[in-house]
Amino acid sequence: MSAESMTIAKAVNAGLRRAMEGDDHVLVMGEDVGRLGGVFRVTDGLQKDFGEDRVIDTPLAEGGIIGTAVGLALRGYRPVCEIQFDGFVFPGYDQIVSQVAKMHFRSGGRLRLPIVIRIPYGGSIGAVEHHSESPEAYFAHTPGLKVVTCSNALDAYWMVQQAVALDDPVVFFEPKRRYYEKAEVDPAVDAADVLALESARVTLPGDDVTVAAYGPMVKTCLDAASAAADEGRSIEVVDLRSLSPLELGTVYESVRRTGRLVVVHEAQRTLGIGAEVAARVTEECFYSLEAPVQRVTGYDTPYPPARVEEQYLPDLDRVLDAVDRSLAY
Amino acid sequence: MSVDTAAQPVAETSHEPELVQLLTPEGQRVPHEHYDSLVADVTADDIRAMYRELVLARRVDSEAVSLQRQGELGLWPSLLGQEAAQIGSARALRPQDHVFPTYREHGVALHRDVDPVRLLALFRGVDQGSWDPAQSHFHLYTIVIGAQTLHATGYAMGVQRDGAIGTGDPGRDTAVMAYFGDGATSQGSVSEAFIWAGVTNAPVVFFCQNNQWAISEPLERQTRVPLYKRAAGFGFPGVRVDGNDVLACLAVSREALQRARDGEGPTLVEAFTYRMGAHTTSDDPTRYRLNAELEHWRLKDPVERVKAYMVRNDLADQAFFDELSDESDQLAERMRAECRSLPEPAPTSIFDHVYVEPTPGLVEQRDGMAAYLDSFADEEVHQ
Repeated sequence: MSAESMTIAKAVNAGLRRAMEGDDHVLVMGEDVGRLGGVFRVTDGLQKDFGEDRVIDTPLAEGGIIGTAVGLALRGYRPVCEIQFDGFVFPGYDQIVSQVAKMHFRSGGRLRLPIVIRIPYGGSIGAVEHHSESPEAYFAHTPGLKVVTCSNALDAYWMVQQAVALDDPVVFFEPKRRYYEKAEVDPAVDAADVLALESARVTLPGDDVTVAAYGPMVKTCLDAASAAADEGRSIEVVDLRSLSPLELGTVYESVRRTGRLVVVHEAQRTLGIGAEVAARVTEECFYSLEAPVQRVTGYDTPYPPARVEEQYLPDLDRVLDAVDRSLAY
Repeated sequence: MSVDTAAQPVAETSHEPELVQLLTPEGQRVPHEHYDSLVADVTADDIRAMYRELVLARRVDSEAVSLQRQGELGLWPSLLGQEAAQIGSARALRPQDHVFPTYREHGVALHRDVDPVRLLALFRGVDQGSWDPAQSHFHLYTIVIGAQTLHATGYAMGVQRDGAIGTGDPGRDTAVMAYFGDGATSQGSVSEAFIWAGVTNAPVVFFCQNNQWAISEPLERQTRVPLYKRAAGFGFPGVRVDGNDVLACLAVSREALQRARDGEGPTLVEAFTYRMGAHTTSDDPTRYRLNAELEHWRLKDPVERVKAYMVRNDLADQAFFDELSDESDQLAERMRAECRSLPEPAPTSIFDHVYVEPTPGLVEQRDGMAAYLDSFADEEVHQ
């Protein structure tokens, strides 16, 4: 098998397929994931190839999807649950934060819940309410859950397999606006050589300012870096990838070189991932910082109607504006 | 893992169910021992008015689908096939009754005088609901599946506390109508609504449009018993009605709403119908269902059967149909024009109404956005 250009949606599909081939206890469950292959076609063909016992079209109830996944996991299965859209996770939120997150802890380590909860998230798709949200901080704030997100097809392919292999529950956020963006994926690479799930990555090296982002905003920041390069500014882009645990060593190392940090996410600003990054960078890199950590985020409002979402969401210009503010110190 | 874990449909869900019907698909009025009396007052004028609303609801829908295809709307969930369930039930409402819709109740909205352009605004992404629920007694669309059934129940508990049931005053006694679909019946919130309504004897009617499909999942992925039978387990009556029969939907809804207004508690109505279109304009039903099923239901069309009934009984002349066709065209034309000219929301409008009074932090963010956007205006001037 050689490298193949695939979309993020296809890469998650291929990753799930490989995980299911490798372990017949891996199950896929959710609304419309079987016959239809999911509303984004991420699970396309899996039911046909693995059968209705392993790819389950569930009743329409997110609490039920997560709650029964807990039971299946207790019985030795490894369920991969799909939540159809970010804003629909909340009927299952109680099961996730009260049951999934705590089971290992409260059992004194006897019980493990190797559950993956896949959530397409984020905006810029012109959708109606509840279809464009970025709820990652709610989950990253909950001890016991691992929270990761991919920004490209290569990571999507490997990270979903790493998540399935993990014995901790993982909330796996997929950047839906980027589902159809392509990258080269080489399935023949030794899995042991792949970047660990809980590691950040320097996606683009640079010297002047560090920009840390994740999920859908990584592409936005790469575009901003490209535009800045035309003006002679060198931006280093770090893809955080893992939001819980939040591995910031890569960011510290970068900030110690550049002295400046901008954090970018779609989610609203207050108590978001950016706030945690800023606090910890201030703690760890205080004497290296030339400017306060800047945040470029959604505003502290409910996700707005589609016609104004592009003003709500960080874009290339807002990232560059923050870079300018940082450099102005 | 060779065991069969797929639910087998019980006989009643796989065959033509026992349901209340007053108009056959061929437009023939069939007598019903119990429900005839509930529509005994329906005149030829009423039939024409019903037919008019069915036609206009379908036109609102088809026009919106076209607008979506032309890029004017982000999305549209079609009601095609469910016109009779919506118009029949809506016509049983009194002005003071309060409605909690899903996102597909365009026919009910039309009957409650919510301008279709308001629905277009929502699906165009201009706003998230711009009609006044207090004025129209038609709540905002709810997109999270089933959540509104609890809201309806709570509203009905408020009606109880206001003493607005059981007084015998037709202008005062109030019922609440919660719309939802077959998929929603799986949500915990819907079961909770049934429990609450049963325990409190709340004046609420649960009107389930069973259109057989929750996106790609057929009814048997949600239930092993006919949905209306679930009501018995919660302690109130359930009835299944031909959801493509506007007269039967009117009769059954009238009875259920009156029970609620009289203080006799909740009813579950299962309107047995069919989603003739896609789940939404984003969906492709050819991936998961057979055309033969569609053809089967096409013969039960809710609009055509009323027309057949009218023609059969000489209830309308050609002039009526021509005038209605003109009215329908005019409505469509107005929808097209007003949709395209809906004002774009100002970017800073996203900060309005997050709270009753704006917080200092939000004011700061709003001013920051305004200054940021102004900086681009300056650039343009200077260039």
